[in-house]
Amino acid sequence: MRVPDVTIIDYGVGNLLSVQRGFEHCGATVRVTADPYEILSSDRVVIPGVGAFGSAMQSLAVLGLIEVICEVAQRGTPLLGICLGMQLLLEGSEEFGNTPGLGLIPGRVKPVPARTVSGEILKIPHIGWSSLQPSTFSAGWSGTLLHDNKIGDAAYFVHSFMAFPSDPVDRIADCVYGGHQVPAVIGRETITGCQFHPEKSGEVGLKILRRFCLD
Amino acid sequence: MSNIRLIARLDIKGPNLIKGIHLEGLRVIGSPNEYALRYYQQGADELIYMDCVASLYGRNHLGDIIRSAAKDIFIPMTVGGGIRSVEDATNILRSGADKVAVNTAAVARPELISEISYRFGRQCMVLSVEAKEVTVGNWEVYTDNGRERTGLNVIDWVKRGVVMGAGEVLLTSIDREGTRKGFDIALVRAVSAEISVPVIACGGMGKPDDLIDVVNMGYADAVAMADILHYNRYTVGEIRAAAKTAGIGVRYYESA
Repeated sequence: MRVPDVTIIDYGVGNLLSVQRGFEHCGATVRVTADPYEILSSDRVVIPGVGAFGSAMQSLAVLGLIEVICEVAQRGTPLLGICLGMQLLLEGSEEFGNTPGLGLIPGRVKPVPARTVSGEILKIPHIGWSSLQPSTFSAGWSGTLLHDNKIGDAAYFVHSFMAFPSDPVDRIADCVYGGHQVPAVIGRETITGCQFHPEKSGEVGLKILRRFCLD
Repeated sequence: MSNIRLIARLDIKGPNLIKGIHLEGLRVIGSPNEYALRYYQQGADELIYMDCVASLYGRNHLGDIIRSAAKDIFIPMTVGGGIRSVEDATNILRSGADKVAVNTAAVARPELISEISYRFGRQCMVLSVEAKEVTVGNWEVYTDNGRERTGLNVIDWVKRGVVMGAGEVLLTSIDREGTRKGFDIALVRAVSAEISVPVIACGGMGKPDDLIDVVNMGYADAVAMADILHYNRYTVGEIRAAAKTAGIGVRYYESA
């Protein structure tokens, strides 16, 4: 089997080493870089991210990477956004006012509700392991990055905001927090976003990274 | 609500995994990453690495241990002990840690909590609190692994810590630590009632029933355990099964 090369975009946020190690564990050759040429010449591109939406978009802009990521998507190179990287795929966020995103998947980023559906106070951020379920309009996980996963598999989430595609068909999997359906995996064509951290979700997450590396 | 997290805590001295009683009388157990890998494979939800002597000497040996763990352990790792600055936190996070736990340096300079939280997000900033009961229902904050008293009241301190940007509180009872007598439920309940961020109960877990009690009566969001696992008295899987039987929400985990 050909060794896929995966490029992790380094725009100065988060624990990139774990993402790198996760892909290396799956047999990929990994580059961590902000160089546009390296990103554009890669087989697979990952947008990691922990932190705030606005400052992340600003960093991408300063590094000249917004157009580069859009070009990656346009060429059909598989693109994976993790956590904040998933939220950046949408058109904009309500975090600290309205900030435009990459706009690769129509939709918006909203705060996780501060109360459960029955009105009790809900702890924010949502930290911990939650089970993945197919979204209401999901056509099933076959052929998606969840191809090798089972309904109910639990993944590790840490987030205060959630990414809502405007077309429910772009929602692949949800988790439930405080009774709310929270988008966990979204996708459109060769673009996928995971709200949870596959690199921190044990074997469940490694299956997703492995799938991303397959042709 | 989130599932209750089952966290394996590894206390480190130099290159070794160690364990004490009341945070004292430290005994060498073995190689930290051998144990860490075992707990990962048993289905631990997270790991906490705590360098027990770091604040005494102003240094932290954990970078190498964490870097090596990150090769084959794919669950969240919190690292504490001797973190005094944003730069220390940066180095630990670059080594593969997801969160940093700060105790002594935060007491000395509370602004550190805000600095780390601002730079990396509050989900990265765990306030580690060592608590000792001074009179009934009244706990004092200790630092330097239970060696130094601070005069601070635990409840006042955690409330201040959360306002300054702590995203989680790791609450260790010095009285119960290493005793296997169960958690200080009154302490956990008193803290949980006052703050909106998750509370990790630590110190005293001797059997699965202790976990059930501290969740049901103390409202803990997560439980950190050490010698119950180190001495192989229970596996993470057995503890998870017991919690589930008691009706506590835990992560769905299928062993490979």
